[in-house]
Amino acid sequence: MRIGVTVFPGSNCDRDALYAIERMGEEPVELWHAEADLKGVDAVIVPGGFSYGDYLRPGAIARFANVMGPLEDFGREGGPILGVCNGFQVLCEAHLLPGALLQNRHMRFVCDRVRVRVETANTPWTAGFEGGEGLTLPVAHNEGNYFAAGETLARLEDEGRVVFRYLDNPNGSVNDIAGVCNEGRNVVGIMPHPERVSDPALGSDEGLKILRSVMVGAGV
Amino acid sequence: MPETLKIRVLVRPKEGILDPQGEAVRGALPALGFEGVRTVHIGRLIEMEVESADEVDAMCRRLLSNPTIEEYEWEVVS
Repeated sequence: MRIGVTVFPGSNCDRDALYAIERMGEEPVELWHAEADLKGVDAVIVPGGFSYGDYLRPGAIARFANVMGPLEDFGREGGPILGVCNGFQVLCEAHLLPGALLQNRHMRFVCDRVRVRVETANTPWTAGFEGGEGLTLPVAHNEGNYFAAGETLARLEDEGRVVFRYLDNPNGSVNDIAGVCNEGRNVVGIMPHPERVSDPALGSDEGLKILRSVMVGAGV
Repeated sequence: MPETLKIRVLVRPKEGILDPQGEAVRGALPALGFEGVRTVHIGRLIEMEVESADEVDAMCRRLLSNPTIEEYEWEVVS
């Protein structure tokens, strides 16, 4: 399986994501922001970092990079996309995911490990779970406070589109939401960093289970 | 030479949206002895020089603000 990782100026978890894909024995493919080409990949990870310095709003400028045109088409056609941290912010700005990520309620950058619960196995990025499992994942963000307006939030909950929920909310996000998916369920955004726990040498490889799920979905 | 218009755009959090910066400043003012400050909201002021104001509204909607969480207003200053 070929899994792409977008690289914007200021992305800083792209290497971690590429390494995690290698650890799974799959083929990592760098997708440079300036090229409107997904190189025929089967799935895409939009990694964390500070694309374009977070200028204006996190993700606001990355959303118009050349690579985003084909990425949006890929997402609308059902291609599996995982946005992590800044990648989640980019996907919200691009309207591939509903809602927005506000500044953390307590005004501090949060760098920690948090417990999250996998709320649904019905996405390509959680297909390897049964639903209800707990995971410990790193978080590192200043704007991770998920917000969606009342009606949108009610739909997300009713349709089972809250994919990950914090057990101990680190940023004030509404309904303890740590990750959501789009209507088609193929695009998932998550604030914690599964790619940073992809090797026991990094303390844990729990994050690989999320990344590996995309192969379950693809029948690999 | 096309004319140059000065545009001022004000972007701010929508009513009811959490504004941690505003809250922090509201909390800091009494610490300096400024009493009676009930609310503080912090937005962003964007000044631009453009050749035409025709597309300013589209700029506000598509890039300068995020309509999910922010509202904007703009004016031609000169």
